Amino acid sequence: MQDELLLKVNDLRAAIDGKEILKGINLEIRPGEVHAIMGPNGSGKSTLSGVLAGDPRFTVTGGSATLHGVDLLALSPENRSHEGLFLSFQYPVEIPGVSMVNFMRAAVNAKRAYLHQEPLSASEFLKLMRQKRAIVELDNKLASRSVNEGFSGGEKKRNEIFQMAVLEPRLSILDETDSGLDIDALRIVAGGVNKLKTEHNATIVITHYQRLLDYIRPDFVHILYKGRIVYSGGPELALELEEKGYDWIKQQVDNEQQ
Amino acid sequence: MSSSNALDQYIELYEAQREAIDARAPEALNRLRPAALEALRAAGHLPRKGDEGYARTDVDAMFAPDYGINIMRVPSPVDVAASLRCDVPNISTLMGVVAGDEFRPTASLLRNLPAGVTLCTLSQAQREMPRVLDRYLGRLSAAAATDTAAQLNTLLAQDGVLLHVAAGVECEKPLQLVNIFNAGVPSLAPRRVLVVVEAGASARLLVCDHSQRPDVDYLSDAVTEIFLEDGARLDYYNLEESTPRTRRAAALFASLGSHARISINATTLQGGTTRNNCTIDLNAPGAEASVAGMVTGSDAQHTDNYTLVRHHAPRCNSTQLFKYILDDDASGAFEGLIQVDHGAAFTEAFQTNRNLLASDRATMHTQPQLEIYCDEVKCGHGATTGQLDARALFYMRSRGIPEAEARKMLMEAFMADVIDTITLPSLHERLRMLVERRLSGDRRGCGDCSASCPTPAIVK
Ligand SMILES: Nc1ncnc2c1ncn2[C@@H]1O[C@H](COP(=O)(O)OP(=O)(O)OP(=O)(O)O)[C@@H](O)[C@H]1O
Ligand SMILES: [Mg+2]
Repeated sequence: MQDELLLKVNDLRAAIDGKEILKGINLEIRPGEVHAIMGPNGSGKSTLSGVLAGDPRFTVTGGSATLHGVDLLALSPENRSHEGLFLSFQYPVEIPGVSMVNFMRAAVNAKRAYLHQEPLSASEFLKLMRQKRAIVELDNKLASRSVNEGFSGGEKKRNEIFQMAVLEPRLSILDETDSGLDIDALRIVAGGVNKLKTEHNATIVITHYQRLLDYIRPDFVHILYKGRIVYSGGPELALELEEKGYDWIKQQVDNEQQ
Repeated sequence: MSSSNALDQYIELYEAQREAIDARAPEALNRLRPAALEALRAAGHLPRKGDEGYARTDVDAMFAPDYGINIMRVPSPVDVAASLRCDVPNISTLMGVVAGDEFRPTASLLRNLPAGVTLCTLSQAQREMPRVLDRYLGRLSAAAATDTAAQLNTLLAQDGVLLHVAAGVECEKPLQLVNIFNAGVPSLAPRRVLVVVEAGASARLLVCDHSQRPDVDYLSDAVTEIFLEDGARLDYYNLEESTPRTRRAAALFASLGSHARISINATTLQGGTTRNNCTIDLNAPGAEASVAGMVTGSDAQHTDNYTLVRHHAPRCNSTQLFKYILDDDASGAFEGLIQVDHGAAFTEAFQTNRNLLASDRATMHTQPQLEIYCDEVKCGHGATTGQLDARALFYMRSRGIPEAEARKMLMEAFMADVIDTITLPSLHERLRMLVERRLSGDRRGCGDCSASCPTPAIVK
């Protein structure tokens, strides 16, 4: 593993509608690592991923976040993507009237423009789509449909990983990509993520379930509760949570606060 | 103009110039003027903002500036047609140019018209097909006594265009009329079009409105009357791409016989103040009307569409789909009324108006209405006004698509179903491109047309 930091989050605070949700997040991720973030519903996991990706609903109220040294919070969402950040949405958005093909072409060529590369030719682009679709066994039929429109839950999640495969991010955040997947779909999605793993990129896996972590082995597990990372450990922590639930953590934290 | 009433000046003008006007106009038009004058006197003024059906549009103000009218029929510069290439790639249309209110068909146009298809001036029609004019001209406009702008057209129009398709003739080639303002002085053009598609015949007509000089005030006061006899079919496309100093008051009337079908697409890409009235009468069983409209508004542009669809007979079918994207200080209005008569059983009539406000200063007024005097009908209407879907926008940006491009893609997607009402593939593609260009402000691809139409971008 390399020494330099891929992501450094320092005392990050964020609010929505004036309500503070993230209350000082600290997180360091190095290339090649997989970090799992777990935690009870409403603890701020999606908020953290949204803030890192630049979701305009959230206001950053303090702290910093850098991606390979670049100040993430100063960048537009599109430039965060170009710099190598990818968020697999907990709830992928349906975009009626925008076809998957046009959507992906715009995304690919925007990134290429950012990197001062020529746009892909039509045949290069189609070839790329074909290759990447295979990684998550995404049905060719979906390519001609509007983005996520009429996709099943599983198709939406596979579509997220497909997009990740196309964009080849440095840091991927998978926000509950496993929820709503049956075991076969889970295997395909997790398999896709593993195929895309290299020693240069890193993954944050947000999940409630150990079963995903059986496929995507985390190096670190963090527990997010009430807007803070209250506990960090190795892969065994996920197993412990699976067994004991969150109550012991909640009690511990809530007692400390009193 | 000192008077606060624009109408008076036109009535005075007519009375002073009556002989000159009538002397240069076909008899069939002159015959209509007394009734129009009476209707205008009864109305007293052009519609003002707040009048019934004119919640947001001041027609009186549109007509107020001092416009010149070409009463003496001074020919326009001949090069208009040559300089203008409002070309629709991959369709060769049979194109005629109307400069101001003067239609001068070129020899090549006349040569290429298929047998059974007539496209000529009303004056020529007066000489060669008087019975068509006698039978149809003014029949629909005269019945709309309260459409004051239309009555004023009848009072002042000295010529116009006739499209006639003989019974059973299918005119394969699309026909195109390009209305163009090119005068160097403020001008009013009373444009008059009569379309008669006889039984079992079909045609497609594309009408484009342009203004060549952005620094001059123009006013188009247009009346289009369309008659579709039994089983006839017409696709009618109207595209306005004019200037902020162009005003347009346009009335379209269509009367449909049994199993006749009309498909209308009225698009305002740019303009100053536009008021379109569209009145459709489904007079006999099985008639069908599809009316679609699309507006892209920026700066201080104001666009108002008013539709009236009347179901008089059983088993007729009408759909309306109007969509607006309004940016900057642009304003829009849509009022639509579906009327279903006692006898119009098994009517299906639907109306949809959806609007996107791209700036927080843009405003939209929408008022769908149904009047149903019959059971056993399926009718519905819906209207929404909102912003671009913020979730979709963020999702796209998170994939690296720049905000402006994402907005443009979402707006194009928003308009897609209106564009899809255009069945002619090449025109469909052309309109898609024009909308894309309007959204991005990019004029490339307008070929070698010398009419420099500035296009302000919606997405900056
Ligand atoms: N629009 C909003 N306005 C106010 N509060 C909000 C809004 N959206 C989310 N929240 C609150 O923010 C907190 C964090 O939500 P978040 O979605 O980040 O949780 P999560 O950890 O991802 O939960 P889950 O496991 O259910 O996905 C919750 O308490 C939620 O109620
Ligand atoms: Mg969540």
